[in-house]
Amino acid sequence: MSYNKPLPKIDPVNQGFWDNAKAGKLSVQNCKACGDKRYPASPVCPKCLSSDQEWVTVSGKGTLESWVDFHRAYWDGFKGDLPYRVCLVKLAEGPVMVSNLVGPSDNAKVGAAVAVVFDAVTEDVTLPKFKMV
Amino acid sequence: MQSLKNAAAVIGVGNTAYGNFPHIDEYGLAAEAFRNAVNDCGIDKNEIDGLVVCRIPYYARMGEVLGLDPRWTLTLPPHGRMSGIGIIEAATALAAGHCKYVALMYANIGRSRRVNYGGDESPGVWDPFGFTSPGAAHAMAFQRHMQLYGTTTRQLAEVSVAIRHHACLNPDAVMQKPISIDDHENARFITAPLRLLDYCLINDGAVCMILTTADRAKDFKKKPVMISGFGGQESFTRSSISNFDMDFWHPAVKSAGEQAYGMAGVGHADIDGLMCYDNFSPTVLFSLEGLGFCKQGESGSFVEGGTLKLGNKLPVNTDGGHLSNSYMQGWALNVEAVRQLRGECGARQIPDCEVVQYVQATPCTRSIIYTRG
Repeated sequence: MSYNKPLPKIDPVNQGFWDNAKAGKLSVQNCKACGDKRYPASPVCPKCLSSDQEWVTVSGKGTLESWVDFHRAYWDGFKGDLPYRVCLVKLAEGPVMVSNLVGPSDNAKVGAAVAVVFDAVTEDVTLPKFKMV
Repeated sequence: MQSLKNAAAVIGVGNTAYGNFPHIDEYGLAAEAFRNAVNDCGIDKNEIDGLVVCRIPYYARMGEVLGLDPRWTLTLPPHGRMSGIGIIEAATALAAGHCKYVALMYANIGRSRRVNYGGDESPGVWDPFGFTSPGAAHAMAFQRHMQLYGTTTRQLAEVSVAIRHHACLNPDAVMQKPISIDDHENARFITAPLRLLDYCLINDGAVCMILTTADRAKDFKKKPVMISGFGGQESFTRSSISNFDMDFWHPAVKSAGEQAYGMAGVGHADIDGLMCYDNFSPTVLFSLEGLGFCKQGESGSFVEGGTLKLGNKLPVNTDGGHLSNSYMQGWALNVEAVRQLRGECGARQIPDCEVVQYVQATPCTRSIIYTRG
């Protein structure tokens, strides 16, 4: 069965993130001029405005900041997953990401430790998701 | 800013009925609201030389439909945070002399045209994870609030219950059936912890306000309502998660509120009614905290026992708000502020109403304080 959920729109600014994810690495954008780290990517550094940006691998560790359980499928592809859990994770390196919390998460609470896992949803796209640790 | 205190006034307000109108477009709805606002103040419509349009496709067509060639025009995108911006910009344009009379119009045809919020065709950055819709972002914020401060969904229910109570006192509101805290708790989940009764309505309709300078405002049918204070603060640097803020927009609401209170020279005890942007019920809690009606984290206990109902400590959204009156994205709340200060609100009238505050806790936070002229 073909994958029928939304896929990331890959462009020159975010290409590195998705290449790294496919290789099983979580990365954030790093400013080579001032060291500011962020996700999602930006064409210039919001701190110093430098265009000199790179992708750096991060630990994949973070803390749970919040979550929401979807009981409505806004896309048909999610109908079979209801209810599914979306999480907000603050990476140890600072940036905050939205993803899915997979595996048991009945003991979810703000501040809980989470770690990245990789879900190769298509031949080209691997989504970084998180599990409780 | 201080020189703008009471520089501009609202002289006319108007709206359409609220509902499902598939046979009329934004221009038709806005024109009806405009006609009602013109009749409300008795202005010769050809005197209007300033135009603000929001969620209306093309400003020039709007001018053509109304027979207006203004000197000053502002067009605002269809986001639920533009009403405060539009009103403040109109007040400053009047004070600067760009124009003498401004008509501000908002129209929405989202109900009859089946506009969906979330699940967009063009994927956003978080869509691959199934994260979409403004409601889900507010659910994530409220979940965080529950975790950090112990706020409960029964406390959240107080918001929807009080605002529905007001809608039942407003014969023009879409929703007319009272709800209880248990009704809220038993409603179906959409994006847990939020349930159906935490979500605003989607309906068609239009709103118009007519503003002028304080000196000109005395010449019309009704006593003017003064724009006595306002403030604003954006939160753009963390905006990749739309409609979400890790700190519940607290710094922005606090700043916008302090600007408005300082300019108007009023404090919390002076506020007779609060018109609070209620796209989703948690926004009301976040607004109460940001404005300082209670401390951060204490809004749950603050609203318990019907605090927000007419006759109690702080009447909020006496028209029924977005949750139960009409989804006019802040515009109808500003109209309600005017009507309360005029004493036109019948069964839902706040007694001796002298000061009404509007607030929108959004990535573009604004607050406006209106007083009797």
